[in-house]
Amino acid sequence: MKLKSFPGGLHPPDNKAWSAHKPIETCALPGELVIPLAQHIGAPAEPCVAKGDQVRKGQVIGQAKGFVSVPVHASTSGEVIAVEPRPHPYGRDLPAVVIRPDGQDAWVEGLEEADPEALTADEIRDRIRAAGIVGMGGATFPTHVKLSPPAEKPIDTVIVNGVECEPYLTADHRLMLEQTQKVLDGVAILKKVLGVQKALVGIEANKPDAIAAMQKACAGRGIEVVPLEVKYPQGAEKQLILAAVGREVPSGGLPMDVGVVVQNVGTAAAIDDAVRLGRPLIERIATVTGPCVNEPKNLRVRIGTALAHLVEACGGLKSDPAKIIMGGPMMGAAQLSLAVPATRGTSGLLLLGEQDVSLETEGPCIRCGRCVQVCPARILPTTIAAYARLDLFDEAEQFCALDCIECGCCTYICPSALALVQAIRYAKGAIMARKRKI
Amino acid sequence: MLASILSLGGIGFLAALALGIAAKKFAVEVDPRELALLEVMPGANCGACGYAGCSGYAKAVAEGKAGPNACTPGGQATLEKIAHIMGVTAVAAEPQVAVVLCQGDNEKAAAKYRYLGVADCNAAQKIADGPKTCPGGCVGLGSCARACPFDAIEITAQGLAVISREKCTGCTKCVAVCPRKVIAMRPLDATVHVLCNSHDKGAAVRKYCQVGCIACQICKKTVPEAYVIEDFLAEVVYEHHGQAAPAVEKCPTKCIRDFEDGYPEGSSFGPPVCKKTEAA
Repeated sequence: MKLKSFPGGLHPPDNKAWSAHKPIETCALPGELVIPLAQHIGAPAEPCVAKGDQVRKGQVIGQAKGFVSVPVHASTSGEVIAVEPRPHPYGRDLPAVVIRPDGQDAWVEGLEEADPEALTADEIRDRIRAAGIVGMGGATFPTHVKLSPPAEKPIDTVIVNGVECEPYLTADHRLMLEQTQKVLDGVAILKKVLGVQKALVGIEANKPDAIAAMQKACAGRGIEVVPLEVKYPQGAEKQLILAAVGREVPSGGLPMDVGVVVQNVGTAAAIDDAVRLGRPLIERIATVTGPCVNEPKNLRVRIGTALAHLVEACGGLKSDPAKIIMGGPMMGAAQLSLAVPATRGTSGLLLLGEQDVSLETEGPCIRCGRCVQVCPARILPTTIAAYARLDLFDEAEQFCALDCIECGCCTYICPSALALVQAIRYAKGAIMARKRKI
Repeated sequence: MLASILSLGGIGFLAALALGIAAKKFAVEVDPRELALLEVMPGANCGACGYAGCSGYAKAVAEGKAGPNACTPGGQATLEKIAHIMGVTAVAAEPQVAVVLCQGDNEKAAAKYRYLGVADCNAAQKIADGPKTCPGGCVGLGSCARACPFDAIEITAQGLAVISREKCTGCTKCVAVCPRKVIAMRPLDATVHVLCNSHDKGAAVRKYCQVGCIACQICKKTVPEAYVIEDFLAEVVYEHHGQAAPAVEKCPTKCIRDFEDGYPEGSSFGPPVCKKTEAA
């Protein structure tokens, strides 16, 4: 049977074998946790603790500011030693709460367990928001916002994203294998809160063990597992919807416009923790991998742990990394140093050596059209990039620059090593900045 | 035969009549001075005057909305011609030149990371606030050079923008495009400038740049009236720029440069033409 898929895309060497067979290990507590107050899309949280305060695991240390915002919690118990700007994955110093763990790792009091069946949809949403849950595939969009679709956009399907199409990363794969029930319990909560009957779990066909485990556990729960073609970016929201249910999200639209909500499997597991146990999002699973790491692993990481500490937990560095990437190699963000902390969006840490990094200089566009063939958004990367270089942003917008999902397929495939997605991102930034001004 | 001559001739006559009437009736009054003014403009359409191209400025001058001295690229010659056409006295605006306030090329200033994206300063600046550790230093990817209508800016092999004093007309296009505001307009007859744009404290500057201003006050102590130090950065007091030269030698990081001694290191521009040199 032909697997479901989408047009465009490609399959870079995935190197998942390095860590796919490694069970999730819990990373030891570091000597210091730096918990950034901006870990989600939207307004950063406002600190509500001060230097010298004693905090406990799960205690709110940053209050949400506005609807599109979530609170931030202490990842362990200990003393707040500073509230100040610290290196952040965004590449600059941003406000963070620094905690020195006391080793007790004691939970804060007042976390209530609940039965999801007995809660109303609004109560569930409140619990999800209070737990600070964001999209854990890496985009970090506040989950309660995604679960509050306006009345005029009825939702009939929830798709859970277990595709993990980014090369190297295996965190979601291990999660589905080891915590199958927790993920599915989370999906059941998603179904309830959205009031939908149809729930799908999309998984790339290169994870047959995860597909088998999920299919077995899904039996009789009204959740369907959909194996998908092994192709990047199969896990991109709009591509996943097209592949799984055959609906195309319109240009400039959102999944809710076609009656779908997509959530990552990691988010589903976090939702189960939040709703059933009342536990906030203070840890996540991240893959630490790459040619420069001695022993690639899947780690359960406290939010705020320095990347250097994660590398230590994996046997240290084999060689000096030329590139430090938070996330996967295609869409991850390069980091300035290993001093930055892991955040809620840290799905992986990839350390590439000098020989793994492309340093080719840009050549001229030879009009081969490969970027157009692989573009999953079906736009013209070379044309938009050319306009972006000339600062012709109106023309770039006419050519649907804003529909670019920044997957990087065009830059990957370009035989002239043109920085296409980079140029399109530049144009998108300029177009959005202008829209905000008007 | 006759019929065709008459009919065709008739059509021709009627059309000519219609055109003639239309030309009279719908004539657009153009101030003859506006056309004359457009003739004497440099024609670069650079926008330095604040109007949309030379024709826009010519219209504004003819309507009396703009003075005769807003065309910096045209300089004194254009100013005199405009003043002659408009019948006003020529009062020159002080000629200005754009100066890159940085000497920290890739050898002298530290890099925060290796930038591999689009070769454009504005694109690079969006990634972790730019590839240089110094928050104010020249990115060196040439957005200013591409914006310059007069080909007056070069990027040295080590990645530093240098502006030719001879070719620069003072149109300020480079100032507008620079994401780090490292290009500033300075009086043309001043040759001594503090070529640094970092407001960090001295200790921080020393860490990332060999030629940055560390606000050590030596220039101010040497010539108190010609220098002012604000926010950990020295600047020439341009009313007294003539006295600024003695501090050039004394500056420990050599971030003060007298352009009479030449352009910053790595530039292929010849010796700069400076007024003082001409006079001597």
